[in-house]
Amino acid sequence: MELLSVAFFVGLLAATLRMATPLLFATMGELLTERAGVLNLGIEGTMLLGAMAGYLVTYKTGSLWLGLLGALLTGALLGLLMAFMAVTLGVSQHVSGLGITLLATGLSLYIYRMVIGAPSVPPSIRPFQILAIPALAQLPVIGPILFQQYLLVWVALALVPSTSLLLFRTSLGLKIRTVGENPKAAEVAGVSVYGIRYLCLMVGGALMALGGAFLSTAHFNMFLFGMVAGRGWISIALVVFGNWRPGKCLAGALFFGGLDALQLRLQAVGFQAVPYQFFLVLPYILTIVALVSVSRRAAYPGSLLLPYKRGEA
Amino acid sequence: MITLRLERRHPLPLWQQAILPLLSVLAALGLCALLVLWAGADLLRAYAALFAGALGSRFAILETFVKTAPLTLTGLAVALAFRAKFWNIGAEGQLYAGATAATWFGLTFTETPAWLLLPMLLVGSFLAGGLWALVPGLLKARLKVDDVVTTLLMNYIMLYLVSALVDGPWREPVSQWPQSPDIVEAAQLPILLERSRFHLGIPLAFVSAGLVWLLLARTPLGYAIKAVGVNPRAAEFGGIRTTRVVAVTALLSGGLAGLAGAGELAGIQFHLMEAISPGYGYSGIVVAMLGGLHPLGVVLAAFFFGVVNNGAQHMSRVTGVPTYLVEVMQGVTLLAMLAALLLNEYRLRWARR
Repeated sequence: MELLSVAFFVGLLAATLRMATPLLFATMGELLTERAGVLNLGIEGTMLLGAMAGYLVTYKTGSLWLGLLGALLTGALLGLLMAFMAVTLGVSQHVSGLGITLLATGLSLYIYRMVIGAPSVPPSIRPFQILAIPALAQLPVIGPILFQQYLLVWVALALVPSTSLLLFRTSLGLKIRTVGENPKAAEVAGVSVYGIRYLCLMVGGALMALGGAFLSTAHFNMFLFGMVAGRGWISIALVVFGNWRPGKCLAGALFFGGLDALQLRLQAVGFQAVPYQFFLVLPYILTIVALVSVSRRAAYPGSLLLPYKRGEA
Repeated sequence: MITLRLERRHPLPLWQQAILPLLSVLAALGLCALLVLWAGADLLRAYAALFAGALGSRFAILETFVKTAPLTLTGLAVALAFRAKFWNIGAEGQLYAGATAATWFGLTFTETPAWLLLPMLLVGSFLAGGLWALVPGLLKARLKVDDVVTTLLMNYIMLYLVSALVDGPWREPVSQWPQSPDIVEAAQLPILLERSRFHLGIPLAFVSAGLVWLLLARTPLGYAIKAVGVNPRAAEFGGIRTTRVVAVTALLSGGLAGLAGAGELAGIQFHLMEAISPGYGYSGIVVAMLGGLHPLGVVLAAFFFGVVNNGAQHMSRVTGVPTYLVEVMQGVTLLAMLAALLLNEYRLRWARR
């Protein structure tokens, strides 16, 4: 493969969108829950259990769509559990989120082992195929980048303006933001703080799980124990980096997707000036650098991390 | 409609607080019973095998201590950090930092006698883990960068660093898997009880618990750590320099996790590899919470999970229940403990509406 050719860049950008897709789903999910005032550290485990559920349901039923549905429901259930802990009981969001990640990770491995066992080669499914939109896909350069993609890539991209519209142009979005900034004022205005938080955590959890399912049903054709590999944590950083704005989060997700895509390509062409681990570690280092760079102006939602108890000051 | 209501109450007396971890463990065993039954195993037989595998013989008990020691150290690391509200989720990476330092000492100082090399190795591992935690500690204290995310991301950075080392400059040429050569014998922690793997690092873990207790209960620094944890702004007004306290806490916390790495490397494995810890760093969070962030509680909680970790293999062999039950149990215990702690602050009331 020729480095620095047009074909190389077209391939790189198309792969960037694919690598950014799980981050986008997870980031939009986390953005939603944080806008409502709840930090969900269950994200990493939710993505893994979503990946497992998406794979397993597809494997058992042969239907990728049922697989995605399974992932969505799994994520919503984990969101419900997070809501029970952080909203109803009002205990530490940090620790309950970590508990959910531990639980969901354990369940993913346990259920996989129970149903699939421990074969030397993990059984594969027939994954989602890349679709080409007639005519548009033939356009030079942007055709192969934008219009020859997995369906879920388009869904993830469409999710960004949708989240933005929801949050900033609808009354529900106003309620969500009020609950996240000042739950007391929201309650006075007749908004159910608990209801909004439950809703956001369940929808957010479903989106995180969908991001995981993209990995097991499109990006790969099987479930691997380490397949989420910190993407949940990176998504949490992306929300801070994007200053709780969907558009800025998209920019961050594309950047990290691009880094991932570049890393895979350099490995593939046998680039050996530095060990391959260097490229794998780069996203994590850059995430920390990005967090440091925005730390001064990070505008956290006002009530993030604070439990709200009805009738208490 | 009948609803559950929470009413504020005075904290429970200490002896009643001690029941809360027991309640959470029972809840976890109860919920995990569903998974055991799903695996088609006889519940009593499975749990009996779990405990027999961990406590059924001299060797089994000593192996349980082998698992308890790193859990104690990572549990102490997390407990100390959480006391100061420094959200150190990075004990796993700090453990690997300690193990990497131990490897370096054990591969570099080939002529140094054990009486000198072992202290060097332990101090070096402590510092390596501590410095790895100091980075997110300083970022939090000085620049207000979220510590949860940075400590988590530092775990991945450390793992890839270890991967690059054992796959590159430290690669043992004859072995099939990427791993370093064995460290010299003088750098290996002596075995204290024959026909076992009960090494010097195990009593050191318990001594560390005593020292952390002394630090928290009897020193000005311990007081400052707790004050910062309760209310950083009030602590600052009271003349405590919070930035410095958070930094020192991070250093000590990471150091304890680094010691866990030294114990695993110089006491058990003797060579560095990617799979040196089965997630002891993350388990440390569960251990710390279950132990009520108290050093004595941490030791007891670490012993419980030492039992579960060690017995799971035997349970799996006898009944076919996957060992991943341990991971599930950790998650459920943590959630149950969080809910149980609520009983300390609130009275549950069933109210008719």
